[in-house]
Amino acid sequence: MTLSQILIGGAVALACGTLLPPRSRVYSFLAASVLAVFWFQPALPLRGLDFWLPVATLTLSIFGWLFTVPVSSRREAQNWVAAAIVLGLILLLGLTRYLNLEPILTASRPPQFEPILGLVAAVGVAFFSLTRSRGKSFAGLWLLTAALLAVFVVLKTPALGIAASAGVRAVTGQPTNLAAVSDLQWLGFSYIAFRMIHTFRDRQSGRLPDVSLAEYVTYVIFFPSLTAGPIDRIERFIQDLRHPVALGQEGWLAAGRRLVTGMFKKFVLADSLALIALNGTNATQVRSAGWAWVLLYAYAFQIYLDFSGYTDIAIGVGRLMGIQLPENFNAPYLKSNLALFWNSWHMSLTQWFRSYFFNPLTRALRSRKNAIPVGAIVFVSQISTMLLIGLWHGISTNFVLWGLWHGIGLFLQNRWSELTRRPISAWARSSPRRTFLEVIGVLVTFHYVALGWAFFALPTPSLTLAFLRRLAGVP
Amino acid sequence: MTAPGNPHGPGRPIRPFRLLAKTLILFVLANLGFATANPSGLGRISAYNLLVPGRERFPFGENSGQFYNLSLYDVDAMFASHVLSAGSKPADQYRVLILGDSSVWGLLLKPEDTVAGLLNTDHLAVCGKPARFYNLGYPTISLVKDLMILDQAADYQPDLILWFTTLQAFPLSTQLASPVVANNAPRVRDLIARYHLGLDPNNPAFPPESFWSQTIIGRRRDLADLVRLQLYGVMWAATGVDQVYPASFTPAQRDFEPDASFNGSSGPTLQPSQLAFGVLAAGQLAAGKVPILLVNEPILMSSGKNSDIRYNLFYPRWAYDQYRLMLSQFAKQIGWPYLDVWDTVPASEFTNSPIHLTVQGESILAEEVSEAIHSQPCS
Repeated sequence: MTLSQILIGGAVALACGTLLPPRSRVYSFLAASVLAVFWFQPALPLRGLDFWLPVATLTLSIFGWLFTVPVSSRREAQNWVAAAIVLGLILLLGLTRYLNLEPILTASRPPQFEPILGLVAAVGVAFFSLTRSRGKSFAGLWLLTAALLAVFVVLKTPALGIAASAGVRAVTGQPTNLAAVSDLQWLGFSYIAFRMIHTFRDRQSGRLPDVSLAEYVTYVIFFPSLTAGPIDRIERFIQDLRHPVALGQEGWLAAGRRLVTGMFKKFVLADSLALIALNGTNATQVRSAGWAWVLLYAYAFQIYLDFSGYTDIAIGVGRLMGIQLPENFNAPYLKSNLALFWNSWHMSLTQWFRSYFFNPLTRALRSRKNAIPVGAIVFVSQISTMLLIGLWHGISTNFVLWGLWHGIGLFLQNRWSELTRRPISAWARSSPRRTFLEVIGVLVTFHYVALGWAFFALPTPSLTLAFLRRLAGVP
Repeated sequence: MTAPGNPHGPGRPIRPFRLLAKTLILFVLANLGFATANPSGLGRISAYNLLVPGRERFPFGENSGQFYNLSLYDVDAMFASHVLSAGSKPADQYRVLILGDSSVWGLLLKPEDTVAGLLNTDHLAVCGKPARFYNLGYPTISLVKDLMILDQAADYQPDLILWFTTLQAFPLSTQLASPVVANNAPRVRDLIARYHLGLDPNNPAFPPESFWSQTIIGRRRDLADLVRLQLYGVMWAATGVDQVYPASFTPAQRDFEPDASFNGSSGPTLQPSQLAFGVLAAGQLAAGKVPILLVNEPILMSSGKNSDIRYNLFYPRWAYDQYRLMLSQFAKQIGWPYLDVWDTVPASEFTNSPIHLTVQGESILAEEVSEAIHSQPCS
């Protein structure tokens, strides 16, 4: 998001949250978020794709709702209003093609209107049919989950991304030799997919609350958290949506503080540090171990300030709309062990994996007839969870290694804590000793995390290894 | 209504709109104060030579992210980032400053491969002192730009100034076209007045100045450039990279159209009144008692199509030959030692322009310069 998008988004949020009557608030949030999906989408070299990807986001959201909502709730009139808003806005944005102006709210000139009309009509018909269907939709849920994961894998795997781009280029008559992963930049897809999968799993386990189409789509594409999270839980989100947190004077200040802090973190600190942060180019150029550490530290703080800055902005804008989005960071670099770090870094994502992977896996392993040693359960569950978190960022060897680095770290820390809990407790009875241990813990944890960022920031294992050797002063 | 946690006290209500209004007023006042104070020495505040080593040549470049460098117009910041500003001059140093264009700065060359870098590598002793050469070249061709740099460089106690130049730097009509000149209007106007340069102080090349342009908002680009320059100092220190060294480049043109024009004229006479010899002469005043060795820098001598008309893309033969004669006469008149190395570097040792040299070409040039320096009397 650019600074102007944030400022305009903040103003829209404020207008929606304070000026509009409560009844139309959800629809205004929905409309604003639909428009934001198009507005935030970056321009893409593939013809029309920067229009069709937002359309796909909205279509997926509508079908996600159809497959998760109880049959009895599908036909309520309010859902037709929401569907009309979403599909109507798609058509209106499509019609801007015929204005002799620069693209409005779309990254480039929208494609021909006929295919847009055709797709909207098809979605409308499918929506009408499914609202009348009395069948259970678990198969649809599995199908949609598989589709989301398949798209996720394609977008996150460079080779598949290039192949997919080449395919699209062949269809649109563009040169296939120019295909690149960046051709398929689908704004916020990682977050959208994980929000939807959360609703599917909760639907299958019977925990999903009954939500309207407007509430569901707004949850999935809520514009303050569209690009960089956090990944809220739907039952918490709709509570705020139905009973917005009163803004009041304190709310004003809290929202303003988060916005200003977030923009300062992102646009002043993080963007400045980005000039000196570790990357694939400077890793090969750096001349000494000392400077290599400077680049690595710069990267560690840049990624934190960038990401947490965006979270602050999202929470600030959300607060203006009466939505209290969950925190994503809690001073992660001041934590004295790796488990505490992961409890305070990208908290909404780790919470997601904990709920839908780590906990079920641990339960399954514990409940096996053939008892598995606790250490083995910890090893398997932590390594596999961290591997998946690594793969969420991108399907490449380095993200796998980054996940392994943290998985092994968590396992070792878990075993170390088990082994040393008693002697350390006995030793650290006085306050200075506890402080000493805390400081050592913070330093060790921070440096373990920082070294892990080398895998995250650099594109290949060989380059990472060379950089790690440079850090160690090995020529 | 009282907001909980109000740091101003439990009885003090917080009024968001008042807070916003106060913030805006403070912001406006800060801008007005900044514009009124017009702080001109901000560029002297630098992390270079303090936290990170100074640069071997002035900051210059457009693609900052790739080679940790940028072009800016703040001459103070340019000097502050240069290794020349690292502390006071050692008593036993023979300090040589080298002025010139991109060929001196060293486009496509690493700092150690420029003429200054090669002369430093030779560890020359001049007049019984170890010589240290400072690259003060800057990649635009204008004698006013050179004079502007010399005017400031004279404060750094040089023992000798090498002023590399070429005909392209002389046309009066283009003296103020260099962005670093045009965007330093007060400094250049001062030079015009002090040295009676005969240039128009109200030349349209100077961007219009207004009170607004002096505010924080108006100078936001300059201020951001200053910050970026400091940050790129970290990368300069970490990598020693200050420009991209492409694996290949488009070589300088060797074949030409049958065109004999130079600076809008087809000859046959090069008009001295159209050339900025007055600016060159002002260099003597700017340098004070410091000797200046004037160097007519090497040019590409093509043997390609129509090379009987032109030496290279820059120069038709008639204009360049007359210029060489004028320059040698000027040096004799003013009493400057003069080194004409225009034809000392073979055509194969030029890179992407008629004045840019390969490392081998720079070595040939450095040898010539070294000899010339040693032939100078010690004062």
